Amino acid sequence: MSDTGYAIEVNALTMEFSGVVAVDHLSFDVKPGEIFGLVGPDGAGKTTTMRMLAGVLTPSSGTAAIAGFDVVRDPQRVKHHISYMSQRFGLYEDLTVNENIRFYAGIFGLSKTDRERRALTLLDAAGMSPFGKRLAGKLSGGMKQKLGLICALIHTPQVIILDEPTNGVDPVSRRDFWRILYSLLGENVAILISTSYLDEAERCHRVALLHQGRLLYSDTPAELKKKISGDVVLVISPEPRRLRDLLKDSEGVSNLVLVGDGLRLIVDDAKRRVPELRGRIESENLPVDRIEEVTPTVEDLFVQAVEKASVRAASG
Amino acid sequence: MDNAVPSVFVKDLVRKFGDFVAVDHISFEAQPGEIFGFLGPNGAGKSTTIRILCGLLRPTSGEAMVAGLDVARQSEAVRQKIGYMSQKFSLYNDLKVIENIKFFAGMYSVPEPIIPERADWVLEMAGLKGRESALTGTLATGWKQRLALGCALLHRPPILFLDEPTSGVDPVSRRQFWELIHRMAADGVTVFVTTHYMDEAEYCARLVLIYRGKVVASGSPSELKSGAVKGELLLVECEPLGKALEVLQTGPSVLDAAIFGNAIHVVVTKAAEAVPDLTKYLAEHQIAVSKIEPISPTLEDVFVALTTRQAESVEEKKVR
Repeated sequence: MSDTGYAIEVNALTMEFSGVVAVDHLSFDVKPGEIFGLVGPDGAGKTTTMRMLAGVLTPSSGTAAIAGFDVVRDPQRVKHHISYMSQRFGLYEDLTVNENIRFYAGIFGLSKTDRERRALTLLDAAGMSPFGKRLAGKLSGGMKQKLGLICALIHTPQVIILDEPTNGVDPVSRRDFWRILYSLLGENVAILISTSYLDEAERCHRVALLHQGRLLYSDTPAELKKKISGDVVLVISPEPRRLRDLLKDSEGVSNLVLVGDGLRLIVDDAKRRVPELRGRIESENLPVDRIEEVTPTVEDLFVQAVEKASVRAASG
Repeated sequence: MDNAVPSVFVKDLVRKFGDFVAVDHISFEAQPGEIFGFLGPNGAGKSTTIRILCGLLRPTSGEAMVAGLDVARQSEAVRQKIGYMSQKFSLYNDLKVIENIKFFAGMYSVPEPIIPERADWVLEMAGLKGRESALTGTLATGWKQRLALGCALLHRPPILFLDEPTSGVDPVSRRQFWELIHRMAADGVTVFVTTHYMDEAEYCARLVLIYRGKVVASGSPSELKSGAVKGELLLVECEPLGKALEVLQTGPSVLDAAIFGNAIHVVVTKAAEAVPDLTKYLAEHQIAVSKIEPISPTLEDVFVALTTRQAESVEEKKVR
């Protein structure tokens, strides 16, 4: 571990591909025992960042260290301390679940007893114990992802880097996935995970919210939500389109979004605006089931941050 | 189309592959102009149902009508009535924008004389006016996505199938995309969305959840959130988290517990009674609680609760 006690330290890390800045002066750090999320849409720079940390891509500038070892100067040492699961993790489809695990345990030089003990725990946490003899190629998408995770975790590294492991995985399998990750924290590992599902930010201890290679915010999910200016209000109504036309120019109202059974909007102050909105809607006799203040989501913050940035860019 | 005829009508639909029942007597309807969400985990029977509705697969038994046409007997005609777009977009990256439009117009047999007018409509809708000659591969994701949507609508189908259309797309483009979808729906297009992406489900007016080939719940997002989760949801912030989770799983009136970052979500029978009970219980186990409060369930909570409940009842039947 490094002197600073961080498992991962990233400082002004930058990657340019022929003039395109994929990762732009990114800085963050991850402590042992922490799940840190790189959260952002496709093209945010998540994969590029992870590949630099895994020592498979050399940064254009900036530094990064894993367990105190510099990823550029010491890539071999770095590789000993990490487990990296890329988006296309290589499972052998014509081998069984158990055979795949045995194969990866061999690569990492695990003893038979260590392997069996650990495989048992991981298979159980993943809800996959009954499938040891099934061919990997015959597993569902979610199960394949979980097997990939088990193979990547069969040894006990200090740092685990997982690139979009839950992509395309349904919510039920996703919960299993997270359960496995939380079960590892007792071993004091640091987990860096990327996701394009913004709602998955909620499951991390801290996250870096990324957009087009830049860091928008980095904090705990609870603190992130406090950064939203204004309150989020949901109006449940069978006539959301008419409601939007009515409310779109109201004072203190912004970010109106039609959702399935209503309208979601941001107001500068819910206590003051909700009664005003209710008054306007009633005066027009529009049907409304409910008006309520709801908890903001990470998506609300993301949209607000990107809009602010583009306003700045346009005026500056 | 006559408003009395549902755009999609499915009754007692069954599809078997050998002994495996992929779709097991499902029934539902989607009305013209409705944004209809069809949800389910991997392997629940979603894609099988869509393939039947698109006329690509014959049902084993039951009825499936799309735009008033029987999908088993009139599959060619059905394909003229639907548009299909998936997250993979299926655009040709090395063709120009206008070439992609012309290619799909040909594929959907749009009559030659009206292609320019339709192409214009797509360019306008996608915000790509003036960029007709840009290579499709060089467009940002949001534009590509709107172009793919336009291409799926070139033959003006009354029904549009969307398969996880905005997965991985940045939230700003995603909101613009759904804005377009709402506009299509206002014009009377029925939008049939399949996804297991819960933020996409939030944009649908009505949802049907299938699991192991059966419909397990249906309703609007707010109906599902208020009615489908058995019990009530509590947020518990406490230390140490790992031990707390273990202790909570056997706590008084606890139905389920799962970690979310720095907190635990606990499903209990009655929140009002559980708050004092659990506070005391956790203190007895030397766990320091900093916050314990009722929260409203998300669609994901609903999805997980419904599918695991179904799985448990299936296991019970097996035991009997």
